Amino acid sequence: MSAIDQGPIIETDGLTREFRVRDGRRRRLLTAVDGLTVRVEPGAAVGYIGANGAGKSTTIKMLTGILVPTAGSVRTCGLRPVPDRRRLARQVGVVFGQRSQLWWDLPVRESFRILAAIHALTRAEEADRTAGLVEQLELGGFLSVPVRQLSLGQRMRAEVAAALLHSPRLVILDEPTIGLDVLSKQRLREFLISERRLHGTTLLLTTHDMGDVERLCDRILVIDHGRLAYDGDLQGLSRTVGAQRVLVVDLAAPAPDLTGLDGAVHLSSEAGGLRQRLAFDAEQTTALKVLAAVSAEAEVLDLAVEEPDIEDVVRRIYAETR
Amino acid sequence: MASTRALRRPPAGLRARLRPYRVVLASRARSQRAYRTSFAMDLGGSGLIGLVELAEVWVLFSNVTVLGGMGFRQILLVFGMADLAFSMADLSFGHLDSLPDYLRAGTLDAFYLRPQPLLLQLITSDVSLRRLARAAVGGAALGIGLAVSGAPWGPRTAALLVIGVASGYATFAGLFVWAAGLQFFLLDGAEMTNAFVYGGRYAATQPAPVWSRPLKLVFGFFFPMAFTAYLPAVTMLGLPGSAWLPAWLGWCAPVAAVWSWAMGLLCWRWGVRHYQGGGG
Repeated sequence: MSAIDQGPIIETDGLTREFRVRDGRRRRLLTAVDGLTVRVEPGAAVGYIGANGAGKSTTIKMLTGILVPTAGSVRTCGLRPVPDRRRLARQVGVVFGQRSQLWWDLPVRESFRILAAIHALTRAEEADRTAGLVEQLELGGFLSVPVRQLSLGQRMRAEVAAALLHSPRLVILDEPTIGLDVLSKQRLREFLISERRLHGTTLLLTTHDMGDVERLCDRILVIDHGRLAYDGDLQGLSRTVGAQRVLVVDLAAPAPDLTGLDGAVHLSSEAGGLRQRLAFDAEQTTALKVLAAVSAEAEVLDLAVEEPDIEDVVRRIYAETR
Repeated sequence: MASTRALRRPPAGLRARLRPYRVVLASRARSQRAYRTSFAMDLGGSGLIGLVELAEVWVLFSNVTVLGGMGFRQILLVFGMADLAFSMADLSFGHLDSLPDYLRAGTLDAFYLRPQPLLLQLITSDVSLRRLARAAVGGAALGIGLAVSGAPWGPRTAALLVIGVASGYATFAGLFVWAAGLQFFLLDGAEMTNAFVYGGRYAATQPAPVWSRPLKLVFGFFFPMAFTAYLPAVTMLGLPGSAWLPAWLGWCAPVAAVWSWAMGLLCWRWGVRHYQGGGG
């Protein structure tokens, strides 16, 4: 195996990108990515999170050779993205949640056929890989439907299959679960987990969904104004910012505030205590234990668990680092 | 883990390397013909535009007999050469016009993620088969023009015809690339580039001596439209040239094609650099 197969799959050093933007009449310099130094080993699953405009898309564009860095260096799969763009394209698959890479007027099957030709798959590779993806992502029901007629969930699964058709070593997903229902999200996550387990595929994903990060990623990078604000695992992130879940309970009768429950903190009450919100740390206790504690005090009619909001996590990270 | 999978390499051999483009084009062509009625109407509409433009020339010449040293029969030859060359270029390069849409929607990035050169991918991303009807109108006008314009039969005429149409095709194709390169800067500038692309096509079907001096500079040389049909026709018919445009220039049509492509590729390169932000 050649040297480029061994080293880190992503390696940036002081990666910087500036844009000239018009601000009313004056022009000013906007630094979208500011001295980013990151190293990602093959097989990792990295969540790349940050507020809108924090520099996530700009980073992805520099990793894939779409944008030229203003300063610093970047290597993806051991290659220089801009000069080696065409070689790199054979090893990277990118899914843009908001922008389709399929041919909107062609059936899904036809789009796959064209992409297989673009990536020069042999007939055997094409048949094998397509069959595998169709089965795992459950695309069989709409293979002959034109892309424009697909539901969002179907289209996203087709997009993911299209980006992975050439078995890339690195898969970059930009908001892959945005707008999907719970079931579609779960299916997609399961597929990505199995793809990673089977082929050692490296995943880099940007997301606003804490569920994506929790279920898919073993490393999290938080970017703020182009700078790296956090680099570590989810537990560390939770510890840093205390990312807690919230149990919302609707009670049969108004009750006093449920303070003093084991492992849960009372946040707020509505309608004279009919609905109460309780925060708990998923590391310390479980939703079921908290519910049992609540049930001992009052009759519960309905409940909901709120996932920690990634925006909230990011906001708190930002607040800590400033 | 990564070492369990073989690294993808570019395919060897020309045929294998051309396959991606062939598959895309075949698919585009198939989808355009999929709905017969709709395709027939597209063809009909496109042919009609060609006929209306031809009628325009005919109306003009029912009022004047000679324009720029040419009568209607000679103009038919010029119109035919120019329109055939333009329609074929439009068929194979015209969809570069949709670059502003890609830029606005951000879908150009998808092309960057495929292992082929960007411009080649865009050129082969579509084909407008309906332009065949218009090319047929141009071809018919050219055939009739050849028969009635008094062009001498022989290898000299044949050579000028081939050089003229082939260079004209290349010149117009280069013009489409040129316009596309400028779109990276203009974004909403399709109007502006259409002015020289479609204005250029219109200019190409006219006898150049009727142009004012600035127009001669613009469409005679900078956008070398006079070289796509008028000048080869003058040379072919043995007509005297005019100021700035001597008759022997008809043989120089390939130079115009090279110029058009040189400017086109320069603007494209400049545009892509601007898009990627690698400096002008």
